[in-house]
Amino acid sequence: MGKFASVVLILLAAPLAQAAEAPPDAPNDAPGGTQAMAGGAEASSPLRWESWRAGNSVVDRASLQRGARNFMNYCNGCHSLKYMRYQRMADDMQIPLNTLSANLVPPGSSPLDYVTTAMPAADSANWFGKTPPDLSLIARSRSPDYLYRFLKTFYADPSRATGSDNLAYPLTAMPAVLSDLEGVKSAVYRDVKTGSGSTEKVFDHFQTISPGNLTPEEFDGFVRDTVNFLDYVGDPAQVERQSMGLWVVLFLLLLTALAMMLKKEYWKDVH
Amino acid sequence: MTPEAANRPGQRAARGGLWGWINQRLPVDLFWRSQLSEYFAPKNFNIWYYFGSLALLVLVLQLLTGIFLTMFYKVGATTSFDSVEFIMREVPYGWLIRYLHSTGASAFFIVVYLHMYRSLLYGSYKAPRELLWLFGMIIYLALMAEAFLGYVLPWGNMSFWAATVIINLFGTIPGIGPGLVEWIRGDYGIADATLNRFFSLHVVAVPLVLLLLVTLHLVALHEVGSNNPDGVEIKDKKDARGRPLDGIAFHPYYTVKDIVGVCVFLTLLAIVVFFVPTFGDLFLEKANFEPANPLSTPDPISPSWYFTPYYAILRAVPNQRIGALLMLIAVVSFFFLPWLDRSPVKSMRYRGWISRSFLGLFTISFLGLMYLGMQPAQEPYVTMARIFAVPYFAYFWLMPFYSRIDAVKPVPERVTFHG
Repeated sequence: MGKFASVVLILLAAPLAQAAEAPPDAPNDAPGGTQAMAGGAEASSPLRWESWRAGNSVVDRASLQRGARNFMNYCNGCHSLKYMRYQRMADDMQIPLNTLSANLVPPGSSPLDYVTTAMPAADSANWFGKTPPDLSLIARSRSPDYLYRFLKTFYADPSRATGSDNLAYPLTAMPAVLSDLEGVKSAVYRDVKTGSGSTEKVFDHFQTISPGNLTPEEFDGFVRDTVNFLDYVGDPAQVERQSMGLWVVLFLLLLTALAMMLKKEYWKDVH
Repeated sequence: MTPEAANRPGQRAARGGLWGWINQRLPVDLFWRSQLSEYFAPKNFNIWYYFGSLALLVLVLQLLTGIFLTMFYKVGATTSFDSVEFIMREVPYGWLIRYLHSTGASAFFIVVYLHMYRSLLYGSYKAPRELLWLFGMIIYLALMAEAFLGYVLPWGNMSFWAATVIINLFGTIPGIGPGLVEWIRGDYGIADATLNRFFSLHVVAVPLVLLLLVTLHLVALHEVGSNNPDGVEIKDKKDARGRPLDGIAFHPYYTVKDIVGVCVFLTLLAIVVFFVPTFGDLFLEKANFEPANPLSTPDPISPSWYFTPYYAILRAVPNQRIGALLMLIAVVSFFFLPWLDRSPVKSMRYRGWISRSFLGLFTISFLGLMYLGMQPAQEPYVTMARIFAVPYFAYFWLMPFYSRIDAVKPVPERVTFHG
């Protein structure tokens, strides 16, 4: 039984450690916002955007509410959440019904409707080369960290039709729609010698061309809230699931202890 | 009913009341005694002996959660994906049922692999348990079919491409291959017709076969009796009443012991279901949260973790036909174990260093291939898979030689306890 107990303890520790990993206001291990906008002059080491973490938390209700607002204002023009109802969002995030109707539900829609987009799919396919995808499951099919990196690594590229490109998703059809908030930045490359002796251009850091309406810290929070909202939308039951899970596991541990005592009692006479 | 009455043989018709009335018409008491309260199992079972009862538990869990999923799942190329999300979001506790089912599938293989490994450790496949082992192996095959069929049903992009890759394997059969593939698919590609028949097979055909096979497995087990970590036949030493000296009644001793195993298992299952249901992309893959798309291939295409050892072998061979054949041999090799093993003793406890080394290398190669099957089909993984495949096959096909020459220790007369 000793072996069993230790296995249980190890596996129990896993989710707890995971929960402790990303507290709502923990400093992000890669403060990409400030670094990204710091400019090229002082940049000594290359910007390690590949290891940026979203650092979001779906139990942070205020962040989810801000993320929902961000989504409706900046994303919903092109992107739908076809598996998500306005009402469900409001219930989970404790948004009062009148606030929901006044701020999030578009005119002509009911709170019971799914979150669709007003942009006709055929038109958007024409304009962007492809229809902007539904984002209900984007945080699950990619990851919150990926979405965070994607939204923060747009840079100006005049050679592209959209005028911009992206490090996390090169040649993306999506324009840099958050540039009025973030500002416009360009990518600075450095030459790296390859094995065959030739040189290759590798991304080094971003350089601010024009600042946006938000400070880098504010924009970082804006992206994190938006990603947090999409994380929630990917699996809306996850907060309920984890809080219920704690009680289920505690109950089962108690049951295990009782079962062990029962077994011991019965096996007293086995030698 | 008093304990005395229950324990006295041949008394079942003598008692009156409703219970007596039933027992005169249906042998409930007789079954209870012969299969549980007077079925004797070795008293030295260790941790490896929990996984049989746990496999039965997971089977019931999958059947029950499957019944509820089927109430809301809408099979069809245009409806499957949406209906799974409907279950996840709109059906009350639908997410719980779905995660239990998806986690249960992986739990099934964890439990079954450990259950099988127990047999390799203690020689449980050896005479007189060959048929028991064969039934178990057919269950394993049926389980693989069931898992594959079920994996296709959410109609995510990995469902689609896994189905494409696996069904195309049948195309490597000389002559009938291409026609067979078309017949299985019911279309020129994986399509609505394929999805519909996979649903039918997943919820009706294979579960029926599984239930029948599990029954046969248990009947065969209770006929020959369980092996144990010492590989000692407890039926050889009996007391005056004809009961094995080293046996204890399955009920209550092993029922209460298995309840402990069930509680620990359910605790671990709950931790996964409630806190890490995707289990880091192993139990539910990212690519399967995108709907099936014949125009976009997930990179890399990888089957579920429980198939990856065989998938690694398949990809290690440049010739697809030979690769598929080797993969088939890798699975089927298990069937021949009772006849490949020429050792005079059953348990690894009393075998020499050669058998132990081969089993150890097999263990490492199985886990290594499992890891390699999850990696992209490129170097160094392909070469590593080729290297790891050697001890895998050597374990089985050199066994007739090494198991015979390996030095063995004397097996005790009676069972022993090792903590």
